[in-house]
Amino acid sequence: MPQNNLSSFTKFSYFPGCSMITTAKESGQALEASCEKLGIILEEIPDWNCCGSSSTHMLKRGLSLEIAARNLALASPDRPIVVMCPSCLHNLKRTSHQLKKDRALHEKIEDSLQKKVYLDHKIVHLLEVLAQWDIKKIQSILEKPLKDIKIAPYYGCMLASPNVMLHEHGYPLSIETTLKALGASIVLWPDIRGCCGTFLSVTKPDVSSKAVQRIIYNAKNSGAQCIVTACAMCQLNLEIRAPKEDKIPVFHYIELLAFALGAPEWKNWLKYHLIDPSPILEKAE
Amino acid sequence: MENLNAIEVLESPTDLAYLINKISGENINTCIQCYSCASVCPFFEFMGNAPHHLIRMIQYGLRDEVLRSPAIWICVGCHTCSSQCPAAIDLVEVMDTLRHLALKEKDNIPEYDVVNFHEQLVNSISRHGRTHKLEIMLGYKLKSGGWFDDMDVGLQMFKKRKLDILPHNIKDLSEIKKMFSEAAE
Repeated sequence: MPQNNLSSFTKFSYFPGCSMITTAKESGQALEASCEKLGIILEEIPDWNCCGSSSTHMLKRGLSLEIAARNLALASPDRPIVVMCPSCLHNLKRTSHQLKKDRALHEKIEDSLQKKVYLDHKIVHLLEVLAQWDIKKIQSILEKPLKDIKIAPYYGCMLASPNVMLHEHGYPLSIETTLKALGASIVLWPDIRGCCGTFLSVTKPDVSSKAVQRIIYNAKNSGAQCIVTACAMCQLNLEIRAPKEDKIPVFHYIELLAFALGAPEWKNWLKYHLIDPSPILEKAE
Repeated sequence: MENLNAIEVLESPTDLAYLINKISGENINTCIQCYSCASVCPFFEFMGNAPHHLIRMIQYGLRDEVLRSPAIWICVGCHTCSSQCPAAIDLVEVMDTLRHLALKEKDNIPEYDVVNFHEQLVNSISRHGRTHKLEIMLGYKLKSGGWFDDMDVGLQMFKKRKLDILPHNIKDLSEIKKMFSEAAE
């Protein structure tokens, strides 16, 4: 079944990835709440495993493809896969691409897994699904406008793709379009596709801190009250590596979407933030 | 790809550029040294060798210098360079290949902490099918020795319930274990 028109689907396979159930559980919950409001059904891929993260392809390339392929085998072939983490998204898409190119490897992995590995899924970030939605439909169920909230949209670097996948980008301006329709103001700033340092935050905190410091400086300078990310890892690094005297609240965009659509549990989610963003939302409440 | 063998070294089976091409499919010799990768790389100032520089070194056959460069471990694989490259080289695939070769051929890897982190993460997947962040951090600290570095960040994350004590195991762990044991062979 062609899966290009995402707005014709109401049911998607869902790959949560490790962050959405651990370090970013609040975003996982906000996602559930948002989808319920939007009438999107997410069916978690049964017994999914870690996509392999950057570490597996950096140390063991063949293994990284096989680990990710198991998820493609477990996902139903007749609907697109929604992924919330840009890094998981990349790993699953890259695996699908590589196996399409290399038939022998595809067969080898299928043999070893003793499962059919489907390669025709459309694999998308939720941003892409929303980008294809009629924005009026989202506005029609808006309960709490994000008025007077000035946001700096931050896609991070992992949504960038190698050349072979560039034509598949389906989310330019998706954070801006969605949140603007919900009443937020968007600031113009230079670090929309910055990089938080990913694992360098653990192994070389100084390097990561320097990158985060610049990002926060630029966001504040542009007049933003908060940074809104599409990636749970960026969100965490922007919080833990923020300079002590110069912090700014960081939301995952799904939290703002759920809040605006009237999800009642939002106060609970904010408790997990390292930098308290509640004053911003209390004003909009 | 085959008819783009820009310089002679690509023909030589022992050459690094040839090897990278064979393993990753990326043809280093199409690089035009335009500097796009370095100008967008978020961390090139920490790499020792900027990405385009590293490519030049590969073209010149400086195998030893390339495989000992800290650049290949500082690169986080974010693909910003790959998305900009006018020669459509996926530099992350190249870096992955260099990382694998360095691990195979070299002792005393520079930036060993980075390798340590990746190993902890991969081990965690092999044990649970998913990553267990607390275990990764403890394993990392045990090997790197910096127990008290970043203690405040760890405690903050713990307090905010971002580090689960128990892992999330997948049900069919035997499938993951099989992949790892076959990969080790």
